[in-house]
Amino acid sequence: MSGTFVGMPAFPEAAREAVDNPILRGNLRHATHTIRAKRAVAVSELDDWAALREAGKQIKDHTLRHLDHYLVRLEESVTAAGGVVHWAVDADEANRIVVELVRATGESEVVKVKSMATQEIGLNEALEAAGVHAYETDLAELIVQLGKDRPSHILVPAIHRNRGEIRDIFAREMGEWGRPAPEGLTDTPAELAEAARLHLREKFLRAKVGVSGANFMVAETGTLMVVESEGNGRMCLTLPETLISVVGIEKIVPTWRDLEVFLQTLPRSSTAERMNPYTSMWTGTTDEDGPRTFHLVLIDNGRTDTLADEVGRQALRCIRCSACLNVCPVYERAGGHAYGSVYPGPIGAILSPQLRGTAGAVDASLPYASSLCGACYEVCPVAIDIPEVLVHLRERVVEGGPTTREGNRVVLKPAKGHAAERAAMRAARWVFSRPGALGAGQRLASRTRRFHPRSMPGPGRAWSASRDLPRLPAEPFRDWWRRTDGGKETEAK
Amino acid sequence: MRVALFLTCVNDTLYPDTGRAVVKLLTRLGVEVDFPMAQTCCGQAHYNTGYRHEAEPLARHFSDVFGAYEAIVTPSGSCGAMVRELYPRMGERARAEGRGDTLAATLAPVVPKTYELTEFLVDVLGVTDVGAYYPHTVTYHPTCHGLRSLGLGDRPRRLLRAVKGLELRELPGADECCGFGGTFAVKNPDVSAAMGADKVRNAESTGADVLCAADNSCLMHIGGTMTRLSTDMRPVHIAEILANTEGEPSA
Ligand code: SF4
Repeated sequence: MSGTFVGMPAFPEAAREAVDNPILRGNLRHATHTIRAKRAVAVSELDDWAALREAGKQIKDHTLRHLDHYLVRLEESVTAAGGVVHWAVDADEANRIVVELVRATGESEVVKVKSMATQEIGLNEALEAAGVHAYETDLAELIVQLGKDRPSHILVPAIHRNRGEIRDIFAREMGEWGRPAPEGLTDTPAELAEAARLHLREKFLRAKVGVSGANFMVAETGTLMVVESEGNGRMCLTLPETLISVVGIEKIVPTWRDLEVFLQTLPRSSTAERMNPYTSMWTGTTDEDGPRTFHLVLIDNGRTDTLADEVGRQALRCIRCSACLNVCPVYERAGGHAYGSVYPGPIGAILSPQLRGTAGAVDASLPYASSLCGACYEVCPVAIDIPEVLVHLRERVVEGGPTTREGNRVVLKPAKGHAAERAAMRAARWVFSRPGALGAGQRLASRTRRFHPRSMPGPGRAWSASRDLPRLPAEPFRDWWRRTDGGKETEAK
Repeated sequence: MRVALFLTCVNDTLYPDTGRAVVKLLTRLGVEVDFPMAQTCCGQAHYNTGYRHEAEPLARHFSDVFGAYEAIVTPSGSCGAMVRELYPRMGERARAEGRGDTLAATLAPVVPKTYELTEFLVDVLGVTDVGAYYPHTVTYHPTCHGLRSLGLGDRPRRLLRAVKGLELRELPGADECCGFGGTFAVKNPDVSAAMGADKVRNAESTGADVLCAADNSCLMHIGGTMTRLSTDMRPVHIAEILANTEGEPSA
């Protein structure tokens, strides 16, 4: 994935910074609690929610099972409609293709529709390196870009910023990128939106090349679709002469009819709206309407590896609604940046270590960035059992085992740094397999309990830094049971 | 009716009072309780930390010890969920690895017979008023595995509402995780502690004397946070409330 996050500390350290930042925590708490309450209402309005969720899951699973077939079908339909399809095995190849396509137009700037796929591959940085300026046009994405920041939420990339911070960023940075912010800009939403509108309008009217992602691609017709709330995406999709869409290969649905399901579940899950304010669709090119040239760059970048894993592949069902982020108690406290990837929160914790592999420190820490509370699974509109995949990936980290990397079957060794834990788990298993040894250990602990500290040394220190350990009882239950014959004998010792 | 008490390794070692309360409660309700001495641990900590292969012998041991009983009752939503939800998954994974049906067949008998305590009371015994007396204000924290894996729903609250003298106060943000999560509390201590502190603050806002839950692991985390934050509230396992009667108050 993107090089943007290289050198990030692993999750626990990165999260500490966020936990210690009261402004950030306040911003996140406010935003996630507001949206999660609205989502619950929007979902409860539909009495067939469970059936829609199951249907979404089935459609996606069917498509993934026959992905090769639907990809070929999609390529045929897009080509027949006047588009050109390109295949990219990884981020580098995808970036190379897009840079070439932009160069061929002779332009040095592009306007962008908010897209996770282009962030995943680090396209903006690659374009910049090639001398092409990429302008984000989604409001939140614009805030992140102007603030030289990284997105921290799938849907609301600037969720970690409050209005005052946004005002400062606009006033300071807009002039550098184009039309400056008006004099005396305040932090009222209306004024901030107007400043962004004026700044962006200039870009829309000038741009000859647009770059987008897509929420869905329909194999039968070759139609791509973007849903959004602001209408900026629609401007980028219709005004430029050349449109380049960069999309992950898992975003296919077989038929138009399938969209019926997702156009209900996606908006309610993500923005708690009954319908998206803007739903734009395009099929190849049309004379005298919209872009004259259309390119579709299909990226793999770890997706077929993920598909090869029978437990983990369900992550590819994700429709990026971000509902799991908004209910996640860990995300709420750690913030999106701690996940070290463009995909934060629960879905990021399972998707990134699959797309990138678990070799890096960040990726090896992500499967543990969850208390397995299950709230994410409960809200997911395509029923991805995120806790199940987390545990599966933990196993890959600590026990190793077979997996697929870059199309090859490999057997991973257990990750370094878990030796002490592994030994402890083995020892615990040894004791637990011998009830006599367990009882003896408990008895010894109880007898020496006056000497037990309420905090722990070593790895346990982390626990007792903020919590007191319970006092050991005088007698473990099994001894009481034996002594009193299950409570029937006298209690006196 | 004769049932086996699966107390869990945590309760056996650290919270024997909960075990005694379950015995007292079930005996009072006419259930014959047995405690198979060979029991140890369901393997959940191993499984959830990624040591599935270390958890397998523990699951097999569990089945050996409990397989012959008519019903297995445990005062822990999360260990109950381990047996009911994750044992079948362990069997499936073994099969997917080409190891045949042996593990699945070994574990299958205990899966449908394992009940979390409040589930057993309400669904199997069909009681909500267990004749308890507990003169305190109580707020109830539904633990994640009880809530989402086992779907305990309002069973614990129904039991608590029927307790004489008890005033139940709703906990704000009840459905949010307390931050324990087994080894999560050690691997991500800062986030875990922040979640625990928020849980305690929400509980405090109810003005209740007691925070009750159906899982001592979560109560250990919440209780440890309470003493650190110098809260007056006490963490109490629901079994100890339900076991308490006017004539024979529990410790
Ligand atoms: S995993 Fe599910 S809830 Fe999370 S973003 Fe994807 S579709 Fe939405």
